[in-house]
Amino acid sequence: MPKPLIALIAAVLLAIGVSHFSDHIDPYYLDVITGVGINVILAVSLNLVNGYTGQFSLGHAGFMSVGAYLSAAVTLFLGPKLLGDSGGSDLAQGLVFLGALIAGGLGAALAGLAVGIPSLRLKGDYLALVTLGFGEIIRVVFQNVESLGGALGLNGIPNYTTVFWVYSFAALTVFTVVCLVRSTYGRGFLATRDDEIASESVGLNTTRYKIVAFVVGAFFAGVAGGLYGHFKLTITPTGFDFTKSIEIVVMVILGGMGNTPGVILAAILLTVLPEVLRAVDQYRMVLYSLLLIVLMLVRPKGLFNFDYAAIASRLARRLRRARG
Amino acid sequence: MTEFLQQLLNGLSLGAIYALIALGYTMVYGVLRFINFAHSDVFMVGAFIGFYVGERLPSGTITGGLVVLAAAMAGCAVLGILIERIVYRPLRGGPTLNVLITAIGMSLFLEYTGQLVFGATPRAFPSIFPAKVVEVHGLIISMNQVIVILVAAVLMVALEFTVYRTKIGTAMRAVALNPKAAQLVGINVDIVISFTFGLGSMLAAAGGVLYALNYPSIDPLMGVVPGLKAFVAAVLGGIGNIPGAALGALILGMVETFVDGSRWSTYKDAIAFAILIGILLFRPAGLLGRFAAEKV
Repeated sequence: MPKPLIALIAAVLLAIGVSHFSDHIDPYYLDVITGVGINVILAVSLNLVNGYTGQFSLGHAGFMSVGAYLSAAVTLFLGPKLLGDSGGSDLAQGLVFLGALIAGGLGAALAGLAVGIPSLRLKGDYLALVTLGFGEIIRVVFQNVESLGGALGLNGIPNYTTVFWVYSFAALTVFTVVCLVRSTYGRGFLATRDDEIASESVGLNTTRYKIVAFVVGAFFAGVAGGLYGHFKLTITPTGFDFTKSIEIVVMVILGGMGNTPGVILAAILLTVLPEVLRAVDQYRMVLYSLLLIVLMLVRPKGLFNFDYAAIASRLARRLRRARG
Repeated sequence: MTEFLQQLLNGLSLGAIYALIALGYTMVYGVLRFINFAHSDVFMVGAFIGFYVGERLPSGTITGGLVVLAAAMAGCAVLGILIERIVYRPLRGGPTLNVLITAIGMSLFLEYTGQLVFGATPRAFPSIFPAKVVEVHGLIISMNQVIVILVAAVLMVALEFTVYRTKIGTAMRAVALNPKAAQLVGINVDIVISFTFGLGSMLAAAGGVLYALNYPSIDPLMGVVPGLKAFVAAVLGGIGNIPGAALGALILGMVETFVDGSRWSTYKDAIAFAILIGILLFRPAGLLGRFAAEKV
């Protein structure tokens, strides 16, 4: 069996294990753990677009909101009809939730396609602005749709998100992104990033690569949004504004664009740090912005951009030597 | 008919403010080929300088108002030059993505430092110019609107003069055309870029004070939305093109005012982005811009 698949199954099993004992874990820690998982999904999926494909998107929170709203709508409006008055068994609830998450992901992917086809003809600064603009348009639309709560948002979303769901999807995200980028097809993402004109001249359809990256990234952002909605139990359009997108972007840049382990580390760090540093919460965004500037000036490849494969093989060699 | 004229006037004064901001975007893009995201926050700082100076002056006089404008413009010129010198210059010539991220970082830094220094709650802006309202045939003209349009017009004429009739302006156009060739004929590119940032920031500061006059509450995040819209205006007119920025801003100001007066008013903030997406799809070089092929 290929290594990434083993890792995926192991992660899902671990998630089931942790979820099983979640009653014995302090609810506060459980909250933080769930938040970390959701942010890992967001950061790793954005990394496919910003890091591996080199297309700077500032609209990830917009796709997250599409997923959050759509999946919340499924469990709120469709769920009671499917589950009946009794509320259904755990399995039935789980299936409805899974369906809701996938619906949210697909909706976000569709939005990603709609945004991607026109805007991915643009580059750099323009692309960043157009994705930002789309994120804002999505927000304005949600604010105006009365059946989805308008500016007040949706309330009373069922509490379905568990550690199991979050970490299974986080593992699936990492698995998909890693396998995609390592595949023969996925080399096209890296080629598009490294030199678009050269890639085109050897016959790669760079626009298609960009759109695929965008749609896959948006799908997982939508799933993360669904998980977020069923975790916070209430969602408002303003919860998915520009600042949320920036937060995800900072994770990707801090971890090193195009470096999945680094991005995972950064997502964990940036979720846990604000919890630890509650006292200086008001300085958080100032610190983020300074971090962006200083990183670009001093270490543009990110803080955690090490050669993880080399470190692992060195460790393995040392272990072997110690044993032999 | 009166209502139409009223909307036209409101649109004109909104467009004039957008134009002042858009000119800064377009000039910096012209010489450096990058979007100065922090520009909208220089606009905010301008409004706050106006607020602090305006509080200390007797309100409601023309001279007082002009002093406030001058102070905000001078302060922001210094700020703009410092930002370029400290943050952007070390990255010049680097990958575009890094410059873009730095600019976003700078923008956020100004916004959130502003929240710490100025406080996050909106403040009422003092009425620094004499507040008078004149009614002509049912048309309501406020003194502030007249001042906005007049100041913007004067500043734009001054800009036109600087860019086309002075030595430094000629140097600016040369750098925009080809930085390397400009250097070869003895133009100090660093000074020209500093000057461009100073000039753009001055206009943004004036825009900030005028905006605060018409929408009289200011807060550290006030620059975000007008900044984005002004950027859209610059793209609409053709980024890097100075008359284009003014034209785009006027069109955008009008369109927005008319949408605001219609039954689609809740979608007002989305209009600018819809225009941006439309123009980038159908005429990416903008209304007055010229398309340049990318060469290897």
